[in-house]
Amino acid sequence: MNALAARRRHPAAIALLLVLGLALVGAAYSLFAPKPAQAAATAVSADAINEGRQLFLSNCASCHGLSAEGTKSGPTLIGVGAASVDFQVGTGRMPLSAPNVQAPRGERVMYDEKQIAAMAAYVASLAPGPAIPDEKVSSGEGGDAALGGELFRVNCAMCHNVSGAGGALTRGKYAPPVQGVEGKYIVEAMLTGPQSMPVFDDKNINEEGKASIVNYLKTFESQPNVGGMNLGNLGPVSEGLFIWIFGLALMIGTAFWLGQKAA
Amino acid sequence: MSDKGLPATFENPGLPPHIHRAADDDPRAAKRAERQVAALFTLSIIGTLGFIVSYFAVPNDTTVFIPFIGKTILLNILLGVTLAVSLLGIGFGAVHWAKTLMSDEEVIEERHPIASSDEDRAKAVGILNAGAEQAQLKRRPILKATGATAMGLFALPLGVQLAGSMGNPTKALEESKETIWDVPEGGKPIRLVRDVERTPIKASDVAIGSVFHILPETIKDSKHVLADKAKAAVLLMRLHPSSFANDSLGEKAKSWGYEGIVAYSKICTHVGCPVGLYEQQTHHLLCPCHQSTFDVTRDCNVIFGPAKRALPQLKITVDDEGYLVAPQGFAEPVGPSYWERKK
Repeated sequence: MNALAARRRHPAAIALLLVLGLALVGAAYSLFAPKPAQAAATAVSADAINEGRQLFLSNCASCHGLSAEGTKSGPTLIGVGAASVDFQVGTGRMPLSAPNVQAPRGERVMYDEKQIAAMAAYVASLAPGPAIPDEKVSSGEGGDAALGGELFRVNCAMCHNVSGAGGALTRGKYAPPVQGVEGKYIVEAMLTGPQSMPVFDDKNINEEGKASIVNYLKTFESQPNVGGMNLGNLGPVSEGLFIWIFGLALMIGTAFWLGQKAA
Repeated sequence: MSDKGLPATFENPGLPPHIHRAADDDPRAAKRAERQVAALFTLSIIGTLGFIVSYFAVPNDTTVFIPFIGKTILLNILLGVTLAVSLLGIGFGAVHWAKTLMSDEEVIEERHPIASSDEDRAKAVGILNAGAEQAQLKRRPILKATGATAMGLFALPLGVQLAGSMGNPTKALEESKETIWDVPEGGKPIRLVRDVERTPIKASDVAIGSVFHILPETIKDSKHVLADKAKAAVLLMRLHPSSFANDSLGEKAKSWGYEGIVAYSKICTHVGCPVGLYEQQTHHLLCPCHQSTFDVTRDCNVIFGPAKRALPQLKITVDDEGYLVAPQGFAEPVGPSYWERKK
């Protein structure tokens, strides 16, 4: 004990202590941290399916049919999978507030996580479909931002804009912005192809590619605006509007001032 | 209209009476204007010094949050603002000086004839003639002829390079019809590979409603990857076979595809942008540049926008291992129209 006490002011002591503390915290976290992805994927209880069915009947069946077979007002949900339910309800797109060319992202989500999971379990029980993606993929950790950037530019950028700011499609439809969207919903959208979006399943872009795309978007979001105000990253439209309104106004104002006689 | 009441000649009304400015009459106003101009120049000096100080003092990776802009690089903001203050201070100061203190009395400056006097002109001609005489231009016409020819021909190499850089016009037309999808006589069909990963694709991997961005497998041997890719980029889509239109165009599209998988050139027939916005429910393919819209269910015929021709379809099938292959190149040139084109 004396030897330890004598060395407590050693320069390396503080570094050693830090490393020990970090290791301890990490170990404790991995022991106690909840594991939602695996838990949901493996243990879907009959109760959850039943609860999901009740929620479905009272909230979704008017459009999607009593056994999710689809009606004139809504498509069938047989085989769309848990990922589709989690995406549509989790982002507030469903329940649809009003019929329109496409369902907009909702201001508020109508159900809590447990209810969404129950509905997802019910729809997944009807027929096999894409499951809610693994935390490993949707977090984007371990993905390669450079590869993700290349994949994004080839596969996604023509609709969602190279910086993920979104863009217009035909007849009032649009590709929504993907900046600030949870990785889980980005991967679910790729898996299920909601609305106008095509499907990019794991056979097309594999899990590593998907994680890389999420990683790229998160990296992009965390980067500062090097050039100052980015005007929504929309390119020539917003930049042109800005310069026509503010730049031209400044020049006209200056010309007016130049031509005016001083008092 | 009668000319009654109009005077025979108009009098020159002359200049309106000059109105003095505040600074012309009031020494206190003049002093105030002087102080304002000096303040603007001082602001410019501060801006310039601020620029130099921030250039050296602020690291180029420090970020700062600024309202309406968000997280941004502090150094860039400082350099921009100080440079603006530095330049605008000089500009506004000079204009304010001119407007308030410099004389603004109207002055009439009479024009003088532009031509020089006859005497000067005769003298100039004399100098030129004397120079020509001394150079012996008139006595030695061969020097005059060869010198002028050399000067005239000197411009030709520039013109030759310019014309040469445009390529052979007849050969260029033939080359525009070739892509690296072309299979030589009796050659092996070319596999379709993913654009980024360059991995081949099994027909069973393509789900209905999905889109693959495709390059030919031959891209790996390409010596001019970008130039070849610009002509060979292909979009692969899978539709439910019942989604195709029930007419000759729909039938053609289906028969050139494989079980509802169809491949089309991604190069717009308008001005060559990559067509890539596929709406999987309407089966419309949209070009991001000028909104040309192609109907995939009817062989990518144009249904909206400035494009004049349908997108060329790439005929595909599967090989023994189930991978998608193209047994032949495009049947028509890809990309924008040009004037030699009949269709």
